[in-house]
Amino acid sequence: MPSDRGFKELPHTADRAIRVWAPDPAGLFAEAARGMYALMGARTGAKTASIRTFESAGPDLESLLVAFLSELIYLAEGERLAFTRIRGRAGETAEGWDLKVDMEGESLLSMSKSVKAATYHHLRVNRFAGRCEAEIVFDV
Amino acid sequence: MIRLQDMIRISDYEWEIPRSRRADMRVPVRIFATRKMLENVLDDGSLEQAVNSATLPGLIGPVVVMPDMHQGYGFPIGGVAATAYPQGVISPGGIGYDINCGVCLLASGIEFDAARPHLDTLATRLNTHCPSGVGVEGVLRVTVPELDRVMIEGARWAFKNGYANEQDLARTEENGCLEDADPAAVSDRAKQRGREQIGSLGAGNHFIEVDVIEDVVDSAAAAAFGLRQGCLALQIHCGSRGLGHQVCTDYVQEFQAAVRRFRIELPDRELVCAPMDSPEGRAYLGAMRAAANFAFANRRILAHSARRAFEEVFAGKEKGWHLSQVYDLAHNIGKVETHIVDGKPVKVCVHRKGATRAFGPGAPGLPQEFRQTGQPVLVPGSMGTSSWVLAGMEASMRRSWGSSCHGAGRVMSRAKAKREIRGDALRRDLEGRGIMIRAGSMSGLAEEAPAAYKDVDAVVEIVAAASLARKVARLRPVAVIKG
Repeated sequence: MPSDRGFKELPHTADRAIRVWAPDPAGLFAEAARGMYALMGARTGAKTASIRTFESAGPDLESLLVAFLSELIYLAEGERLAFTRIRGRAGETAEGWDLKVDMEGESLLSMSKSVKAATYHHLRVNRFAGRCEAEIVFDV
Repeated sequence: MIRLQDMIRISDYEWEIPRSRRADMRVPVRIFATRKMLENVLDDGSLEQAVNSATLPGLIGPVVVMPDMHQGYGFPIGGVAATAYPQGVISPGGIGYDINCGVCLLASGIEFDAARPHLDTLATRLNTHCPSGVGVEGVLRVTVPELDRVMIEGARWAFKNGYANEQDLARTEENGCLEDADPAAVSDRAKQRGREQIGSLGAGNHFIEVDVIEDVVDSAAAAAFGLRQGCLALQIHCGSRGLGHQVCTDYVQEFQAAVRRFRIELPDRELVCAPMDSPEGRAYLGAMRAAANFAFANRRILAHSARRAFEEVFAGKEKGWHLSQVYDLAHNIGKVETHIVDGKPVKVCVHRKGATRAFGPGAPGLPQEFRQTGQPVLVPGSMGTSSWVLAGMEASMRRSWGSSCHGAGRVMSRAKAKREIRGDALRRDLEGRGIMIRAGSMSGLAEEAPAAYKDVDAVVEIVAAASLARKVARLRPVAVIKG
């Protein structure tokens, strides 16, 4: 029986793409991070090296997802950190969506692949009863 | 999905998707390809992406697609689009995350037969002096004020600091410096990434390759370019590293609001854009030019390091070891150029994403020695196949916004390449064919296997047949350094 959350790589000629699913938007963000780190081939240390909070607001979940993944890409390359324990809350507001994510991360020992960016290419967060999913294309 | 019957055949090498194909298209799409090549890309999404690109506001003339086209994100790879300047838009996604990713070619007078016993050492020295790999830091670390100077001056910064000579600058697109770069429009995060990575190659499809000049097709142009049959040459393929990636990330995000403000409807949010005469458009132009200049300087520092490797290996042993610049050009960039539209010179912003400038004889901005030949056009193949040096032709100005192809173009996904090709077996195969390999990872090597790419010779045949560029020389790889 398929898990209620996870990610799967999709074919793409030159870049990398994943399908991500979870019961709710916050879970989707955590799975997207997991999928991206898998594409990166991220290898982390054992000890918690950093605890961070990421907060953002945007008109839609797609812009928050790109902003969140862009933050993780920067932290991976700029600070050598990967966040493997992610708990978040995403809530609808009058203007769109608010996101608050608490993240615990480890030192990034190595990455086998460079991910340049998370793109908006055909990005859509689809929400069904008890399930969210999205397809994300990464520039590599 | 675009079908073959949706296209009009102009010639054996040129096709058109008319504006009538979709209601939101503002201009047609012109594709340089054979029927067989078109059939091979019908289901990879690149033609759909070209049609999406044809919806941008302010486009002038057709969106052009090169024969090395393949699926990208937003724009297709191999796409060229021109927008009216300054009232048209600029689209960061039409330039790409690796701003001014490009190729530099240097040539030597070292005969391949004389060099053969030293190639293993040369590959090792190049690998030592030119840092490569994921997240690897460069040979320099500069302060933020110094980085600002790099972003303003580009290759001129490298010249002032002893990493380049005057000929290097003269033989670089735009002399290695885009005017009106604005470091203030570049985020602190982008600068942080840039100051650590300047002078590094990166990973992915970036490489340094030692080649032998196998065939000279046009001896006069080859002589003007400094290419001698049977001698070694060196290609460097890289761009603006994390600095450019961050600039594009920042502005793609910022432009999400801009398209709402300017009420621009787009079929794909990765195509977000802003008028060039708007505050958002001006800021991106300044930041993109700053990143492009960083990339010009980065390739100069790598070329300097490569020259050091050649000197260490060949000085005192072989004559002609000095590496002279042939040309350095961008294949992910947006530039304001003057093109003839409806018989009149018009300033346009040419977006080239996976396409190379290919100005013909007499074009402004070319150094004296290239005025008769046209600009060198560098078309790297995959690491086991030929690369080509072409010369830009006048017809490219009428047909393709002065542009040509930028490489072979992928046909196989990275995931599939890794499933079907073993990196260690590929390395043995390439070394068995006389190609030294230095690679950061075997899986990365497998992703870049020659089988993952189109036949570069077939790609070059098309741009030559369409008179966008003509053949000058074919190069064969003998050593490859990959991150």
